Amino acid sequence: MSAVTKTPLPKLSGPWMRSRPTLLIVFTVITVILTVIGLLMALFYAGQDITQGEVQRIFYLHVSAFAGASMALGVSVIASVLYLWKRDPKWDRLSIPCVEVGFALALMNLITGMVWARPIWNTWWTWDPRLTSSAIMILTYAAYFMLRAGIENPETRRRLTSVYAILAYITVIVTFVIIRIRPDTIHPAVIGPSPQNAEGGFELSSSMLAAMSFNMVVWSVFIPWVLIWWRLRIEVLSEYVNVLRAKVAEQ
Amino acid sequence: MKTPFLAAAMAIFRKDALAESRSRELIGAMGLFALLDVLIFSFALELNREARIEAVSGVLWVTIIFASILGLNRSMAMERDQGNLDVLLLAPLPRSAIFTGKLLGNFLFTLLVGMAVAFVITILFNVPLFSEWLLMVLVMGTAGFTIVGTLLAAMTAQTRARETLLPIVMLPLAVPLLLAAVRGTTYILSEAAQGEWLPWLSILAVLDIIYLVLGIILFEFVVEE
Repeated sequence: MSAVTKTPLPKLSGPWMRSRPTLLIVFTVITVILTVIGLLMALFYAGQDITQGEVQRIFYLHVSAFAGASMALGVSVIASVLYLWKRDPKWDRLSIPCVEVGFALALMNLITGMVWARPIWNTWWTWDPRLTSSAIMILTYAAYFMLRAGIENPETRRRLTSVYAILAYITVIVTFVIIRIRPDTIHPAVIGPSPQNAEGGFELSSSMLAAMSFNMVVWSVFIPWVLIWWRLRIEVLSEYVNVLRAKVAEQ
Repeated sequence: MKTPFLAAAMAIFRKDALAESRSRELIGAMGLFALLDVLIFSFALELNREARIEAVSGVLWVTIIFASILGLNRSMAMERDQGNLDVLLLAPLPRSAIFTGKLLGNFLFTLLVGMAVAFVITILFNVPLFSEWLLMVLVMGTAGFTIVGTLLAAMTAQTRARETLLPIVMLPLAVPLLLAAVRGTTYILSEAAQGEWLPWLSILAVLDIIYLVLGIILFEFVVEE
């Protein structure tokens, strides 16, 4: 028996995998509505920043996208630890969608940051410590996909990518703390006092604070959750097909 | 009955050191590569007197990390080619002892090559790279690279792409170490106040400890078969 056919068939029932996922569709609709409200709040409700002008509004998405990325990647760490502990393939199947969604949100964070930096810092890119570390973080997770694609045996693949997902989270933590340990950064801090030479800071009026918190919740809870859920369904189905195909080929 | 941790780790380390002292395969390859690397950098960057201090620490660390990748790949390939790893896994040893033993060997060889590179740079560019604090940075930086590298080399040895994959998965994780090591070296070389470079050394030490703890815990899951 090959390693693929030894894998038990994933279950296609339960609230997560029903063929007509009513709950998920409801959540998706809610999330879309909340996202639109969040965008409208960022664009129209929140007061305009006096020094930075309209471009400051991108911050509501920029910061929230990073929060969502660190959240999704954090779940991938938990799923990886659970896989290494319990050895149930379902935890590994959860880990992939988390990394993919986290990767996409981290990319979005990077791109929105560049769009903001063009008028404010007068350059698309600068080798600021936090920009560098977030680029490294994205490359680390790109390496995760390479590693995943490079291992044929499914059991080995699950085990090694789980180990790597745990290690890779160090780069997320570094990205988070780097503006606090590197005094030469020009990146403003969102929580706590900004570094001395930060260019463009955060002093939020109440309407800005409301828009920021709303978007934070939408992007770090609702959007990753719904995306991960949809992606998880695809992952389970594709694994199901793979196992079935291997079984047919063996007969 | 398990062999005690320290005895097992030291036995693996002694085996690697003995094999290396006979064949000089790893240090030879790494050393020659490192020398070529320094020469290539000095041509490419035209390392003259003015540009030196800033660039030299970068050259030193980039050379060390590339050489370490070369050595780590080779060291793990030797274990697998001869079927030695399977025997080690069958033996009644704690898995973390295998990691520690391999790590000690890799660390020693990379450190020797790193010292040689520092020596060559000292001579070629007339930058004094030998002081106790710089040796400290050298030891801690090399330790960090080899900790991450030993763990990841054991991982990539089980993949299809093998040697190609190690730099891809290792470099991003080694960058925080590289950053701290390069900054520390540059500040010490430019004779900055202790308050400027000591934070970098402590970051390096903290990262080393984090990677070491993770490495010892996670290695068990990497090699099980």
